[in-house]
Amino acid sequence: MKALKAAGFWALIAAILLFALFPFYYAILTSLESGTAIFTPNYLPEAFDLSNYTFVLGQGVFGRNVLNSILVATLTVAISLGLGLTAAFALARIPFRGRGLMLMTILSVSMFPQIAVLAGLFETVRALGLYNSHGALIFSYMIFTLPFTVWVLTTFMRDLPKEVEEAAIMDGASPFVIVTRVFLPLMWPAMATTGLLAFIQAWNEFLFALTFVSSAEMRTAPVAIALISGASAQETPWGPIMAASVTVTMPLVILVLIFQRRIVAGLTAGGVKG
Amino acid sequence: MMLTLLVVAGWPLARTIWFGFTDASLGNLDEARWVGFANYLEWFDYGDGEGEWFGLLADEQWWRAVWNTLYFAFVTVSIETALGLIIALALNQKFPFRGLVRAAVLIPWAIPTIVSAKMWAWMLNDQFGIINDLFLRLGLISAPVAWVASADTAMIAVMIVDIWKTTPFMALLILAGLQMIPEDIYEAARVDGVHPLKVFREVTLPLVAPALLVAVIFRALDALRVFDIIYVMTPNNSETRTMSVLAQENLFQFDQFAYGSAASTMLFLVVALVTLGYIRVARLDLGSGR
Amino acid sequence: MRQGPAIAIAALLAATGAGAAELSIVSGAIGRDIETLRDNLDRFEEMTGHTVSIVEMPSSTTDQFAQYRLWLSAGAGDIDVYRTDIVWAPQLADHLLDLGEKGREAAKEHFPSIIESQTVDGRLIALPFYADAPALYYRTDLLEEYGLSVPETWAALEEAARTIQEGERAKGVNDFHGFVFQGAAYEGLTCDALEWVASHGGGGIVEADGTISINNPEAAAAIDMAAGWIGTISPEGVLGYKEEESRGVWQTGKAAFMRNWPYAYALGQGDDSAVKDKFAVAPLPSGGAGSAATLGGWNLAVSKYSDEPEAAIELVLFLTGVEAQKLRAVRNSSLPTRPALYDDPEVAAAQPIIPEWKEIFLNAVPRPSAPTKGDYNEVSKEFWDAVHATLSGDGDAKRNLARLEARLKRLKGPGWD
Repeated sequence: MKALKAAGFWALIAAILLFALFPFYYAILTSLESGTAIFTPNYLPEAFDLSNYTFVLGQGVFGRNVLNSILVATLTVAISLGLGLTAAFALARIPFRGRGLMLMTILSVSMFPQIAVLAGLFETVRALGLYNSHGALIFSYMIFTLPFTVWVLTTFMRDLPKEVEEAAIMDGASPFVIVTRVFLPLMWPAMATTGLLAFIQAWNEFLFALTFVSSAEMRTAPVAIALISGASAQETPWGPIMAASVTVTMPLVILVLIFQRRIVAGLTAGGVKG
Repeated sequence: MMLTLLVVAGWPLARTIWFGFTDASLGNLDEARWVGFANYLEWFDYGDGEGEWFGLLADEQWWRAVWNTLYFAFVTVSIETALGLIIALALNQKFPFRGLVRAAVLIPWAIPTIVSAKMWAWMLNDQFGIINDLFLRLGLISAPVAWVASADTAMIAVMIVDIWKTTPFMALLILAGLQMIPEDIYEAARVDGVHPLKVFREVTLPLVAPALLVAVIFRALDALRVFDIIYVMTPNNSETRTMSVLAQENLFQFDQFAYGSAASTMLFLVVALVTLGYIRVARLDLGSGR
Repeated sequence: MRQGPAIAIAALLAATGAGAAELSIVSGAIGRDIETLRDNLDRFEEMTGHTVSIVEMPSSTTDQFAQYRLWLSAGAGDIDVYRTDIVWAPQLADHLLDLGEKGREAAKEHFPSIIESQTVDGRLIALPFYADAPALYYRTDLLEEYGLSVPETWAALEEAARTIQEGERAKGVNDFHGFVFQGAAYEGLTCDALEWVASHGGGGIVEADGTISINNPEAAAAIDMAAGWIGTISPEGVLGYKEEESRGVWQTGKAAFMRNWPYAYALGQGDDSAVKDKFAVAPLPSGGAGSAATLGGWNLAVSKYSDEPEAAIELVLFLTGVEAQKLRAVRNSSLPTRPALYDDPEVAAAQPIIPEWKEIFLNAVPRPSAPTKGDYNEVSKEFWDAVHATLSGDGDAKRNLARLEARLKRLKGPGWD
């Protein structure tokens, strides 16, 4: 019975892995092929040709583009987590009228189609003198990372028992100390998760990155991938595109591996027994 | 913080709503004139006694897009929630290589949308796509299916891709919720010999509900505004044209900036309605802090 | 002798160029195009002392168009010269400079049909960079095997495609198809369908004077004919094919005929191609009114918001000049827009396919972008929607074209703008 259960569990894990990884595996296969071989389906590696990788990485600024992405995504996450945590503390812990309305307003920002704000945002970016800078991207990415972080952090913070901060309040601690000393350690799983999701959102964003930045050295990785082209307008160079995608996805996998310790950490049950 | 949001979001938002009531074209935004509700609904007289209704609300294509959007959002979010929950529960167990598996599950979400949409379009290709090849070998289909091209399957194709891509997002958020549940509740249940299904229904689900509901809201918001997957995989296909795609076409491809703005405003209203309805139904707790 | 034109241009530029300007040109990033562009720009910089930087854009044309529209409507002066698709200039005309006397003088040396497509209300707003026109690709080995000649009419193509497809399938090649083209609902279908319609004598959707002409029996016959191919000589998946999907089928040796642009020629002759040395090209078949090939290609236009309009026009004149076009033709097999270059021995020696395309160019038809102005994209979308519906079996061409006419009339209103 127990063995059967274990087998079932592992079968489930295997199914999940197959579901998640097969297309990525196929992308790696494609990235190792070239020419007409791409047009024939195969399941196992038939070629090991790194020319697509050398082509992509040899294009001069691609490495730079990946660094840009890392910089923009990291700063976006740092700022939205900072703002998000403060806002979440206010929304979850400090009672004031119109809290529900406030949350709805923040949410409503996420209800507008991204393409509709493009023209207006473009004007704002130019007016602020941010055009063609990383600032423009960090600034505009807030539009989708902030509502999301605020909401998720608020939900999690509200679920924490009141007792955790009562002791601190009795000791006369300031809200800042409460947030950083009391909540921060407890919020790690939520912070790591939202941070990671926001990071990926910023990392993958394409439309704003294309519109607000025009020089090759300032562009981010997704735009750089879109710039990879074949010898003519109608040709799609699958090999190099897949190689670039694999290259771009790798840092994220590493990031997840680092952060998942934090996600695992969870709540230490003993600390907050109510 | 509210100020940041206001500058980033408020200004473009207000402008779009305003343009929806004008005759603006992208070429001369400054000369836009107020035309009232003409972009939404207008009786146009041909001058010979006959006329016709024009505007978004009389536009067959727009209604089609509304239906496509709602259908897409409902199906994908439902399936993603179910799959995400299963994956999150599995990943919450302790087993060897858990870290690696968790990282692996997140990969679909980490591949840029532009790329994953193209990649799937390739895999779903009728002649040299691996999906048809696989299904043919397994005997599931007898002839190659033109997934992306055929009217019957285009919607299914984009939904598959969306589900594949965003289930990790759901799974991770639910997992974070599961992590916040104190271990000792499970301990107590185990000691009392409660059936695991009952534990799930009466302990896990209520405790993970807030995280789940928020995850669903954000997924639904994204799904209702779905744009890039459809734009890359099946552009210009009325079977899959959603409200966002319709708005983009009018805003930038056609010289109909005002009409596109009106379409965006309507999308905003529809999304707001659905969200409000959802919050009401799910009895999401907004005001009271516990 | 070879130095002649270069010196002439240098003299011309020296006479007008005042001081060194910093220019930037935006272009879709297409493989070797950018390299060759850079080489041409280096020569320009040497001759004039100006500096030019390239802003690269993704190769997706719809993405490029949306960006350019946004940049231009915001009055952004960051870009001086735009590389525009042949159908864009009329839509962006308000934001583009008239290229003036010098431009009009240079225009006389290009194909008149292209110049006409870049002239809006008497203003010349762009000069041709390079051109594009499709051809019929056919398998020489298969035609020989089945004893067929190169089809000159659509009926002959249908017949030949059916014979070969049946023959190959009888041999056990079950995924062999007679004819592949671009049937997805996008601009490419407008090009394909315009060729069917024009070659049947069904007009050009909207005529030069702005009349909507598409609802006629010849056009309906042409589109019904194409609808008959789906599932018979063409795979059903062709309804989702763009250029690359058709090339994939063709290049793996799974099709007898293909309609495609010149780019497929060099790729088809690649070492790993299954059809290497087994194919040739011909003008597209006729439907009774002669062969028709949709005109494609790229042009260069100067932004009205450029800080250095004089220098930018110089740049456009240089890049569309004889020397620059010749370098692109020799290196990238980009089709020149100057008839004279098709008879140039050096071009013919380096790229033997270019002279073959001259005949195709003589039958080229422009899309109705000039008469429909800002509405072109929407006209095109309505057209490909109607054609795609017919191909998918959703109504016949007669009904769908009548509806199309009504929609276009509504779009036109009192006049195109």
